[in-house]
Amino acid sequence: MSMAVATGTAASVPSRVAQTETMRGWLRSDGRKGIRNTVVVAYLVECAHHVAREIAIPFREHDVHVIGFPGCYPNPYAERMMQRLCTHPNVGAVLLISLGCESFNKYALEKKVRDSGRPVKTIVIQAAGGTRKSMAEGRAFVAEQRAALDEAPTVEMDPSELIIGTVCGGSDGTSGISGNPAAGRAFDQFVEEGAACIFEETGELIGCEHIMAARAVTPELGAILEASVAKAARYYATLGYGSFAAGNAEGGLTTIEEKSMGAYAKSGASPISGLIKPGDVPPHGGLYLLDVVPDGEVRFGFPNINDNAEIAELIACGSHAVLFVTGRGSVVGSAISPVVKICANPETYRRMEDDMDVDAGRIIEGRASLDEVGREIHDLVVDLARGKRTKSEELAHQEFVLGYKSFEPIGPACLPV
Amino acid sequence: MPDLAIAASATDSRLLLLFEDDNVLVARMRIRAGECLLVAGTEVMLAADLPLGHKLARRPIAAGEKIVKYGAPIGTATEAIAIGTPVHVHNVKSDYTPTYHLMDADKPGAGA
Repeated sequence: MSMAVATGTAASVPSRVAQTETMRGWLRSDGRKGIRNTVVVAYLVECAHHVAREIAIPFREHDVHVIGFPGCYPNPYAERMMQRLCTHPNVGAVLLISLGCESFNKYALEKKVRDSGRPVKTIVIQAAGGTRKSMAEGRAFVAEQRAALDEAPTVEMDPSELIIGTVCGGSDGTSGISGNPAAGRAFDQFVEEGAACIFEETGELIGCEHIMAARAVTPELGAILEASVAKAARYYATLGYGSFAAGNAEGGLTTIEEKSMGAYAKSGASPISGLIKPGDVPPHGGLYLLDVVPDGEVRFGFPNINDNAEIAELIACGSHAVLFVTGRGSVVGSAISPVVKICANPETYRRMEDDMDVDAGRIIEGRASLDEVGREIHDLVVDLARGKRTKSEELAHQEFVLGYKSFEPIGPACLPV
Repeated sequence: MPDLAIAASATDSRLLLLFEDDNVLVARMRIRAGECLLVAGTEVMLAADLPLGHKLARRPIAAGEKIVKYGAPIGTATEAIAIGTPVHVHNVKSDYTPTYHLMDADKPGAGA
């Protein structure tokens, strides 16, 4: 590994901006294109997390990202999530780190990645001879893959080939007025261009399920959308706590239904084409609701213990980029896909500009219209596929959370043709 | 969602009306306690700071009446709320799940 990599900054990643004015992507064997060419280092149990992190640290600003599943016991949802993430279009090579005695089916995952045409290697710490030897072997693989990926050719890409996710976090009384509706305008523009857009968190749609159902492309889908919100309401009622944090109240939000109306605004105004679950890739362009709340009895605790778990699920559904709307001021980014931070609150933006990509608070202060900021968000996402980096990428954010869940397959009415 | 161009008639420009039917207005910047505001033609004096993004009654709201924002009900008033009074967790409850908030979010000036 060269020192240039070891001490590299975000600027050391080759920029594609100068090369071309069109969107460029890396073509994968399944026909999808990635706007990043990331090396993923994935731990398959918490006991292998430290080794995975140590392998990635010298490359932390050079598109090498750590993801993983901490559990030791089998969980089909987590295995599917890991498969989808390791074969995400933004991923170019994968290193799997196993302790050796966990139940994760590492060879099934390795095969999926290999079948996708990506270089992959599995290091079993117990077999490799411990921490030091695993680290050395892992860093050698990453350095080799990174060098090869930096030379990989790109192809032209069209906005219709994009999948965009959206999530809001650290919401306040401004989120629903500026940031979320502006993200919704960007979604409308992307859907118009043929892209797939995904919004989520059915627990934050409580109170507006009927309005949402009316936008479904079929009445059957409308009923399914309502049922997904009812499931979320039951889930939270059992746990005794809705998706509402203390900071939401301090920021002026009074009830879950008020938070919901604000969160719902980021879906835009397009018809809703389908309901998907974590890891389902939208079959074509349109607007989709991601149902993040587990099916069946309440078993595993809160559906998503924080925003990063939702971002991971949006990415597992193929999202090339994620629009993250915040009022209070979240700083998170993500492994694998760039996270565009849209700041709804002008006071927060002035305080935390280093973390924010878009100042949507201009809308509240009368300095820009919703349409203007919506277009700015849209154009920024397109620029990401020309080599532009988000603030969270420049800061090397790569938060990642994956826990236990269980889902039943979606039914035919979820994706009406 | 319309643009924010809806002008509330005879209302301070620091307050936003999101939908015509709403019975609350939203502060577009922090407004200090003691300031006089014009709310739908009525002059009121603000008893506590109203931070950016917080709500204020656009008209008198009876106990048990729905609070309407974005043209949709967002909860129920737990007491009678006079015009120009802050509308928040102390006088509104959810019709779905209770709102939990930290005691330190209750500090003076936090808007509660």
